[in-house]
Amino acid sequence: MLNEAPAQAAPARAKLDVTHAALFFAFLKMGLLGFGGVAPWVRQVIVEERRWMDDREFAALLGLSQILPGANTLNTAVLVGDRFRGISGAAAAVFGLMAMPLAIAVAIVELYGAVSQNPYVAAAIAGAGAGAAGLVIGTGLKIARNLKLSLRIILVTLVTFVAVGILRLPLVWVILCLVPLSIAAAYWDQAP
Amino acid sequence: MLLHIGILITGLSFLAFGGANAIVPELHRQVVDVMGAMTDSDFTNLFALAQTAPGPNVMILSLVGWRLGGAAGLAVATAATVIPTSLVALAAGRFLSRAEDTRALKAVKAGLVPLAVGLILASGFVLARAADRDALTVVITLIAALALLLTRINPIWLMAGAAGIGVALRVLSP
Repeated sequence: MLNEAPAQAAPARAKLDVTHAALFFAFLKMGLLGFGGVAPWVRQVIVEERRWMDDREFAALLGLSQILPGANTLNTAVLVGDRFRGISGAAAAVFGLMAMPLAIAVAIVELYGAVSQNPYVAAAIAGAGAGAAGLVIGTGLKIARNLKLSLRIILVTLVTFVAVGILRLPLVWVILCLVPLSIAAAYWDQAP
Repeated sequence: MLLHIGILITGLSFLAFGGANAIVPELHRQVVDVMGAMTDSDFTNLFALAQTAPGPNVMILSLVGWRLGGAAGLAVATAATVIPTSLVALAAGRFLSRAEDTRALKAVKAGLVPLAVGLILASGFVLARAADRDALTVVITLIAALALLLTRINPIWLMAGAAGIGVALRVLSP
């Protein structure tokens, strides 16, 4: 038993061995489960199920995905894939995310023309849409709960939420204004 | 046609801050009004499909490519959606992860955290407003949010439950 002691002394945050296949299947799962939006599943799979990073790291990566041009989930797939397996890892993650949902969507377009007009299907979609919105809100609250909340974090979160969610200001302008302010506040916040 | 699709979608993909919904009005204007390549209801159906089917909503761009140019259109549209912005993300991610961990860089990472939380809460709120048809949909949204926050339940059951409640009420309503 004592022989195990040196192994435990190894850094707890050793780089995880995440294979290309693991990246592909993780993002495949997010893509296939992402009815009405993939965002809640990205955190669910990466943080809770696979434990590839904690909420703080995930929020920083998600923030970068959100302020970069392009779809958030695609950017997240690129950043996570590249982090563990380089460019080919990014490709595996993006392929996992897009391939099956695209095949399914094209099949639906070809077979049915579009979404079914069946009233029960419409009712299920309406219910699922309301549920999906709740999952997105719950995901945001869950990340917030796992952060060390400071006045800076609460303030920037609230201002961003009100500007984009309630006032519906154009996202590009909100990002251009708030990114420098938030970074400046963080710089000031960590003053020794 | 394929070149046109590629250029149009590459340009739009760089404007898709915060998700595909940001570019839908401009995509609609280009494809339906300017090009006249698709009817209004055809576009609306594709949009509804990209929203409700599994997968990222940005698939709307690929589906428009499929409608306009078949398999080749799908391939060009998907490549135009994915590749250019991914290269930017790749470069930005590498710059941030490889740069020396100075106080300034730590501030960049720490500054992005509350923005991410504010943006995801905002998108949840906007989605909830869009899904809000009656008091019941609001209750479903609240229950899903609280259950995800307070329990360890797998979200798949919350989604299944929400869809099931929608159907059950439809069946029970006169």
